[in-house]
Amino acid sequence: MLTKRIIPCLDVRAGKVTKGIKFKGNVDIGDPVDFARLYYEEGADELVFYDITASNERRDIMLEVVRRVAEAIYIPFSVGGGLRTLEDMRKVLLAGAEKVSVDSGAVRNPAVIAEGAKAFGSQCVVLSMQVQRVPKSEKIPSGFEIFIDGARTATGLDAIEWARRGEGLGAGELCVNSIDQDGARAGYDLPLTRLMAEAVGIPVIASGGGGSAQHIYDVCTEGKADAAIVASIIHRRETTIPELKRELNALGLPMRMNW
Amino acid sequence: MIAIVDYRAGNLTSVLRAVKHLGHDAEITDDPQKIRAAERVIFPGVGAAGESMANLRRLGLDKVLAEEVYRAGKPLLGICIGVQVIFERSEENGATCLGLIPGEVKRFPPSVGKVPQIGWNAVRYAAPHPLFEGVPDGAEFYFVNSYYPAPASPELVFACTKYGISFASVVGCGNLVATQFHLEKSGKVGLKMLDNFCRWDGSAPLTASGRFPC
Repeated sequence: MLTKRIIPCLDVRAGKVTKGIKFKGNVDIGDPVDFARLYYEEGADELVFYDITASNERRDIMLEVVRRVAEAIYIPFSVGGGLRTLEDMRKVLLAGAEKVSVDSGAVRNPAVIAEGAKAFGSQCVVLSMQVQRVPKSEKIPSGFEIFIDGARTATGLDAIEWARRGEGLGAGELCVNSIDQDGARAGYDLPLTRLMAEAVGIPVIASGGGGSAQHIYDVCTEGKADAAIVASIIHRRETTIPELKRELNALGLPMRMNW
Repeated sequence: MIAIVDYRAGNLTSVLRAVKHLGHDAEITDDPQKIRAAERVIFPGVGAAGESMANLRRLGLDKVLAEEVYRAGKPLLGICIGVQVIFERSEENGATCLGLIPGEVKRFPPSVGKVPQIGWNAVRYAAPHPLFEGVPDGAEFYFVNSYYPAPASPELVFACTKYGISFASVVGCGNLVATQFHLEKSGKVGLKMLDNFCRWDGSAPLTASGRFPC
């Protein structure tokens, strides 16, 4: 039986891991390779790196991080943040990432999803989306809207329609980040995740709000997610991946327990 | 030297990195001379069976692999697409494959759930194999696949995995062994299995006991 995946997410700014709340007030907390190695040793099923550097030289710093991570860990990891073109994707994959994650760049130019899927295979292309609850309207019938650029800009796109379109273009997985829940550690957005999981036939990764094993259990059962992103609770060592996995295993969620 | 066959099938550097990390000498190559001269050969890759076969034929590597590696008794490891192209044919684009071992590659039926399967799944041994030494039965490995191997005989199945259906996740015959999962991305158990291959002399293991499906 396929296990549910626990995926630590590391935001990287100018080569350092950083953590913020609601996309504001970031603090650097360490070296990405040290984090990657620690989480690999502790049984993370996969890792995600988001480059949130806001400058022109960011690509080269991030590619160096990707190369160093690829030499340190032997599990899949994906890289996202600011990827806009096929060439951006190619560089990250050649540096050693297993997957690329496209977000705002794909909203601006959806063709990049199809180009990436054709060039590298759908399994390489994760469509990541930042979603906020809004009043239901003709334009946003689900009541969930896509935002871009670090959750600052509304797009007028309905999240469920965008997810279906992304799947049709060839995305291999969806990473659904709830802006409302992000950093609050009050649990994932269960209705959003479940709507997504029922709308598409590709795996759904839930993100935003994970604060405990119970939250992960809820989003993988009631929310129908295939994987859950964790961040601040493990970065701050309030709990660890082995602890989370033991609890989830005891709750009956299929987990990878040999690592 | 271990030759990692470059047939333009996705990212091969992760396999190279893992093999080198284990302390073995390896090289990514599409040069028939180097592949002939190698002590053992790894045949990795992600992608589509049809395109992979077309590339192998174009590069003249189909005959090299069949005649000078497999039939010459050299240890040969296929990974992911590398397990699929060793069969006679694949349902993916109706491709005719290398035919090193009898059987075909089938698409997961919609009843299994999400396709492709992406993530960690348990690998249960159907029969002993030198690759499994020091790796616990039932450990999870990383899979990404829409198609699965369907060998003609249970004697070719060394391990299997359940994803809606039970399918062969390790197949083998003599000096040839192949895994549907990604050894190079499966953490320590994957590295251990990869290391076992890098030390294996290719001597034929006992045929599988026919416990498939398991």
